[in-house]
Amino acid sequence: MSLLKVFDISGSALRAQTVRLNTTASNMANIDSISSSTATTYRSRQPVFAAQLDSAEDEVAGVDVLGIVESQAPLRREYRPDHPLADPQGYVNLPNVNPVEEMANMISASRSYQTNVEVLNTSKQMLMRTLALGD
Amino acid sequence: MAIGFERALSVHAQALTVRSRRAEILAANLANADTPNYQARDLDFKATLASLQGRGGPLRATHALHLPARGAAPDEPLYRTPAQMAIDGNTVEEEQEKAAFSDNALRYQASLQLLGNRVQGLLSAIRGE
Repeated sequence: MSLLKVFDISGSALRAQTVRLNTTASNMANIDSISSSTATTYRSRQPVFAAQLDSAEDEVAGVDVLGIVESQAPLRREYRPDHPLADPQGYVNLPNVNPVEEMANMISASRSYQTNVEVLNTSKQMLMRTLALGD
Repeated sequence: MAIGFERALSVHAQALTVRSRRAEILAANLANADTPNYQARDLDFKATLASLQGRGGPLRATHALHLPARGAAPDEPLYRTPAQMAIDGNTVEEEQEKAAFSDNALRYQASLQLLGNRVQGLLSAIRGE
């Protein structure tokens, strides 16, 4: 029954989009996490999606999160000599999180999540009707 | 008069098989709407149903000197041509896929209804009431 596979496929998409929403939440939460050294500063985290192709003859694929990468964009530096975490030159490091990008990401992730929930619901209805065939 | 289950149900049962396969492929497209380099695919319903019924099908080599036929088999999902390609190489157009998915679901239910009616008909023939 190939309709049952839809649950795996859409389920994997829900999981992937949840990871994306989580990284967005983490990025937005840490947007003001000030640090004195560049090495310990929070960097924007982004998930990497890839199609789940287990074998060559698979014609359909779910989504896999290959991992989470940290953005290599330059950190923001601000001159705040009175800050307790300021470095000897009086600068503090701020994360390279771009709030506009994160909000757009969040909306896109939540829309994709909704779409996949709808697909799941429709498939469930189709299966339920099939089970009731001939009644 | 012989009423075979195969003959009574065949076309709708086959249509349901193709519809459920198409639902799966469209669900995979929607699931991969944000995957870089993912190519959206779709099934040619008519060609797939024809090959299930034994009509059409791939080109057969009936002679030793025939060249092997190129191109996809008719029941193989084909790649969509996007109206607008995304910058990350993804060719899924969510609106189009959503529309195709609901259309497919509706047609699945229509086939299911017709199949149900056939089953009902057979049942009343068996009962003879």
